[in-house]
Amino acid sequence: MSGPSTYKPNSGIEKWLDQRLPLPRLMHDTMRTFPTPKNLNFWYVFGGILTFCLAVQIITGIVLAMHYKPDSTLAFGSVEKIMREVNYGWLIRYIHSNGASMFFLAVYIHMFRGLYYGSYKAPRELIWIIGVLIYLLMTATAFFGYVLPWGQMSFWGATVITNFFSAIPLVGTHISTWLWGDFAVGDATLNRFFSLHYLLPFVIAAVVGLHIWALHVPGNNNPLGIDVKSPQDTVPFHPYYTVKDGFYLALFVLFFAVFIFYAPEFFGNPDNAIEANPLVTPKDIVPEWYLLPFYAILRSIPNKLLGVLALGAAILILAFIPWLDTSRVRSCRFRPTMKWLFWFFVATCAVLGYCGSQSPDAVKFGMPLVWVARLGTTYYFGFFLVLMPLVGLFETPKPLPASISQPVLAE
Amino acid sequence: MTHLPLRLALGLSLALGSASAVMAQETRDPLPPKSVDFSFEGPFGTYDRASLQRGFQVYKEVCSACHVLQHVAFHNLDEAGGPGFTEAQAKGIAAGFKIPAEPNDKGETTDDKGERLTRPGIIADYFPNPFPNENAARTANNGKLPPDLSMIVKARQGGAHYVYSILTGFHQTPPKGYAVVKDTYYNPYFDGWNIGMPPPLQADSVTYSDGTKATVDQEAHDVATFLAWASEPKMEERKQMGFSVIIFLVAFSGVLFAAKKKLWADVH
Amino acid sequence: MTAATADGATRRDFLYVASGAMGAVGAAAVAWPLIDQMNPSSAALALSSVEVDLTSIVVGQGVTIKWRGQPLFVRRRTPEEIAKARAVDVASLPDPLAENSSLPENAPATDANRATKPEWLILVGVCTHLGCTPTISTPTDVQGEYGGWLCHCHGSQYDTAGRIRKGPAPRNLQVPVYSFLSDTRVKVG
Repeated sequence: MSGPSTYKPNSGIEKWLDQRLPLPRLMHDTMRTFPTPKNLNFWYVFGGILTFCLAVQIITGIVLAMHYKPDSTLAFGSVEKIMREVNYGWLIRYIHSNGASMFFLAVYIHMFRGLYYGSYKAPRELIWIIGVLIYLLMTATAFFGYVLPWGQMSFWGATVITNFFSAIPLVGTHISTWLWGDFAVGDATLNRFFSLHYLLPFVIAAVVGLHIWALHVPGNNNPLGIDVKSPQDTVPFHPYYTVKDGFYLALFVLFFAVFIFYAPEFFGNPDNAIEANPLVTPKDIVPEWYLLPFYAILRSIPNKLLGVLALGAAILILAFIPWLDTSRVRSCRFRPTMKWLFWFFVATCAVLGYCGSQSPDAVKFGMPLVWVARLGTTYYFGFFLVLMPLVGLFETPKPLPASISQPVLAE
Repeated sequence: MTHLPLRLALGLSLALGSASAVMAQETRDPLPPKSVDFSFEGPFGTYDRASLQRGFQVYKEVCSACHVLQHVAFHNLDEAGGPGFTEAQAKGIAAGFKIPAEPNDKGETTDDKGERLTRPGIIADYFPNPFPNENAARTANNGKLPPDLSMIVKARQGGAHYVYSILTGFHQTPPKGYAVVKDTYYNPYFDGWNIGMPPPLQADSVTYSDGTKATVDQEAHDVATFLAWASEPKMEERKQMGFSVIIFLVAFSGVLFAAKKKLWADVH
Repeated sequence: MTAATADGATRRDFLYVASGAMGAVGAAAVAWPLIDQMNPSSAALALSSVEVDLTSIVVGQGVTIKWRGQPLFVRRRTPEEIAKARAVDVASLPDPLAENSSLPENAPATDANRATKPEWLILVGVCTHLGCTPTISTPTDVQGEYGGWLCHCHGSQYDTAGRIRKGPAPRNLQVPVYSFLSDTRVKVG
């Protein structure tokens, strides 16, 4: 909850600084004394983890940019030089490439947590919408970044995604040409994607600042979904959540390290170890795993323009969730019907991801996957457009506890 | 009466069996790569140095005629985690390769026969391309381009197993009714079954300097190991560092866990 | 009660100190690769030495080769140039030190300390003033008064052993580390 600051400078330097630029005060109020609900569980650590991921990507990215050459004839070779010749280049590259996957893993858990505990509900709608903006920026950054090594998948993934715009009637091909800077993905495209890939993470950092600022106005939501009633319901952010987040961050880094050192190509695609060739299309063009559900939604619709619109709608619909969900109860802990629909939604996203990873005409267990993807797409949009509005109106929620401090009523 | 289900079952399985054979023939999906042991697999795997040196010999004497190792430099040969040549040996290997020379004082790049002028390699050089350009490579190989091998283990599903399977997958009898396409060779481990490369290895294609018997299997295994190193020369360093990092992080997590537990004890 | 809290407090402090210490170790371990990656890569280091073939250089002739990104002068001196270099009183030189990477810092700038094999003078062709490349003096195109090199940027003049004689340059041209692999081949660096 934002309120008057309790900061008292306790040295000459701090006092001098506080009178001129209240940074120490800001740090104190947001990271030290900030009253945080004391019942935040494991699912709440991913915000801190995401900040860590952003910092790691920026630092490793800046270092990689010291050696990378964004020219279509030099890019692939420069990445190999980083892997083979730059001191610890292989390590920095693997941190960056696996870091992107970790970043998205964390953001999906973070988003699902927000959905489950109703963190998008009033008065936190703007935090959620800013979050959707961050997610969009992350997706764009990741897309630009994947093109940079200029492998087969980099090139053809760029071709497929930039061709989305050609679906737009009248101006579509002009937009595609404008994006490419040429008649197809090429050197001009690569150079500008490098510029944008370097720029966007700093835009993300600024928007994350807004995200946290917006959060600090009402303060954190919590697993019970009920408001903080008194100071007994909270603990200061430091040391309780700095230490707790620190512990889970260490576990996260451990998980991350297993991939960096023992399975660094796990999230990758062998075709990207082949230099881009505009004349040879790989057998199956697939994006990175974190874009697969959207890829499945796109491919499930047989019309080019409608498929692209469905893809866009699948992401943009997230921004409307605060108004689509009619329930007055925030947390799914007390929403018995929505709770199961939520988990089914999570499963649907996973199934859609699987469909996206397979060839468009794949058939598994006698079912053409394109029909599984269509079912998944129906549930995806149905969950937001039909279930969220209706379930809130007809569901009987469980009784809410009086406060966070009160012993939690047995579920 | 009692035989009917059996006959039905037999008939069905025969029909299905031949149907799938026909289908497999139409799709020509490659066989899954052979499972064979490589010393570098697993979290504690390392490259077998002797195998790397033998594999290098196979590359040099057999494969380098058509395949370049574009991203590998001669100085990589004496670095830790690799074949373990000395600097002098690496220099000697480099000098054995002909690198296109800079224009001479007259500004020429070819001699009077039209052959490209070359100079002996130095350790800073990369393995040279046996062909001056893609068109020349295709002309010499029935229109097919022999791929660069420096990333081949990373660029193929199955990695070193795939390379080994291709090299040992020749000389098999194609299924009935299958006609081998002209200028290609039947290899069921290759997608489409028609590989443009003629079988490159035979028994004793090379005479190993360490005296190991050069069977096709041995040569294929050694060159697959060498190519795995060529794709990832830093693998040993990566795994060694990983071990220290994981141990540190487990300990660090433990300490932080204790700190967290102690701190939160009075809240819960 | 006080004993228990005191115990608890010290254990918590210990845990904090331990966490902080391990965190610092971790941070240092992470920082090192980020710093070391800016050091020359293995490709740059592979070019850190060059082998020069001396067979095509006749007496009185020199070649300039790129070494570590800079010009390297390899000169085959005439007997006159050698004699002229030896005749100089070392103590009177603006820079009386050998400036030879293979020798100790205080070695004097005698001709023997500037060229181990008197016929072959190997110098880093970078003027010690502000880094321009000096020009060699030839009988047909005399540069400077000392028969060696003249730097056109600010007028520094070097003699036949590459020692500074006149002009703003403070030090003699650097003699790099080199060793003769044979009579016709020298490895520099």
